[in-house]
Amino acid sequence: MYKTKDGKEIFILDGHTHFWDGSPENQANVHGKQFIDCFYAYHTNLSPAEELWEKGKFEKYSADDVYRDLFIEGPDDMAIIQSTYLSDFYKNGFSSIERSSEMASRHPERFIVNGTFDPRDGEKALEYIHYMKENFDIQGVKMYTAEWNGDSKGWALNDPAAYKCFELCDKLGIRNIHVHKGPTIIPLNKDAFDVHDVDYAATDFQNLNWIIEHCGLPRLDDFCWIATQETNVYAGLAVALPFIHSRPRYFGEVMAELLWWVGEDKLLFGSDYAIWTPAWLVDQFWNYQIPEDISAERGGVQLTDDVKEKILGLNAAKLYGIDVAAKLQQLSASPIQVAAE
Amino acid sequence: MLNEIQQSELATAVWEQLENVSDPELDEPITDMGFVERVEVFASEKVEVDFRLPTYWCSPNFAFLMAFGIRQEVEKLSWVREVTVTLMDHCFDAQVNAGVNGSCSFDEVFSAYSSGEELENVKLKFLEKAFIRRQETVLLALQQAGYSAEKIVTMKLGEFDRIDFKGEEESRQKPRYRTLLISRNLASVSEDLAFVTWAGEPIEPRNLRQHLSELRSVRINMEFNGALCRGLSNTRYKEVEIGADGPTLVDFIQGRVPPRNVESV
Repeated sequence: MYKTKDGKEIFILDGHTHFWDGSPENQANVHGKQFIDCFYAYHTNLSPAEELWEKGKFEKYSADDVYRDLFIEGPDDMAIIQSTYLSDFYKNGFSSIERSSEMASRHPERFIVNGTFDPRDGEKALEYIHYMKENFDIQGVKMYTAEWNGDSKGWALNDPAAYKCFELCDKLGIRNIHVHKGPTIIPLNKDAFDVHDVDYAATDFQNLNWIIEHCGLPRLDDFCWIATQETNVYAGLAVALPFIHSRPRYFGEVMAELLWWVGEDKLLFGSDYAIWTPAWLVDQFWNYQIPEDISAERGGVQLTDDVKEKILGLNAAKLYGIDVAAKLQQLSASPIQVAAE
Repeated sequence: MLNEIQQSELATAVWEQLENVSDPELDEPITDMGFVERVEVFASEKVEVDFRLPTYWCSPNFAFLMAFGIRQEVEKLSWVREVTVTLMDHCFDAQVNAGVNGSCSFDEVFSAYSSGEELENVKLKFLEKAFIRRQETVLLALQQAGYSAEKIVTMKLGEFDRIDFKGEEESRQKPRYRTLLISRNLASVSEDLAFVTWAGEPIEPRNLRQHLSELRSVRINMEFNGALCRGLSNTRYKEVEIGADGPTLVDFIQGRVPPRNVESV
């Protein structure tokens, strides 16, 4: 719950968080080390100085850290935990559905745990989707198209094998497909950050919601164009959001583009925890206004309180079928527990 | 002693050549981005250049383009007999280093890792982005200086050449914009229009605003990359230490060469 200066209570659903284990013990090779090192560089580069973590904690934080950072010190009411395996890099997976679900089981009313699969696994991917639905009743998945899998250094959402998986998701009612477009490695002639596969997949799977994390950056222009054509494409603000601190004017330009092209009903807040913590992000976001001249170039779009409330929680609540009033009542009946220390 | 002075002069010449190599995604010289870690000259004819990108995962096609760009620019120096280019700490470094230091041409190496599309198309795409970014900077500066849309879109190259910008960024981008105009045959003589689209079309005064908004969306992407790359480049190899005054960032690779000081070593 975020409380504004004039006492208004804002429902916060953090759409993009992780419970990872990037520790040296779990790293399978140098790629595993470099993967968490890269995340850490994002953290150190874009966080305010007082929010910085030491490397050891960043590599592997505890269930208590998650609860404290998101719900006690942070304003989140609920958080979506995403799964990412990176099996070529990490012995037990970077963030597995089993480990995340176990962590979440302490406060099930506050977490939504999403699964993941790798379409290149063929039949096994289909079996795994069934396994996740049956055991964890997942409503969504996180797709990471830049993941390595043996000789393959990336895949596209419109690959035939991926379509088979999405057909099954549709059938089982797994409706929310979060997509992270990392840099794909080869072929070299392909633009590594290309987002056009989103266009095909979103057109061909109208029942599914396509939430593009990092709002397609660094291909924001292509992404905006696709999102205006498709009614089922959403933008996650993770990674764009921390620029609010380091480059506020630039953040205004990104938000103006997104509000103009994609619209206020299709933008989702995400802290990308533990790369960043939600407390400072939400606070700065609530107090932010797009500079006048930037807004004027895009038809006067602005981050009003109503728009912010949608972005911070109401939009994601719709996608995940959460009745916000009922949820707030449930949460107030089981208040945040501060562990005795 | 004489030898040392000479070696250092040669190294400076190499650094100057490297300013001509740009990160294709950012349209910024790799020297400005701090990517070049080491330049060394041996026996006045052998050159070694090490470079490092902001992350292990930066796109390999950009890494290839930069590696071959380095080789090409250094080879332009008449005294150079041998160049060794080393990309460090990158997920594709073995392949890039084998490619750039082997006997194959860039086209051959590149096609081995791609699915048939011409390298030229990839290069053209990035050249277009560079053109857009440089043009936007100059157009916005003219607007700010009070030029009307009519005056901007009908401006001839000769008049453009005579403009003296005050701001640092527009002064920097003006000659870079001009270079692309000429090299892409979008303008050649002083009577030609200074501002056309990448396709070579003139711009209608009433369309200037729309044109600028298209340029802006491309620049927003490039700026995202630029800001991220600069930042990541600064924080790579740094860790946080939490002391009495709170968290601070500490460089944890001892003796790491600060990129801009190498030439004086």
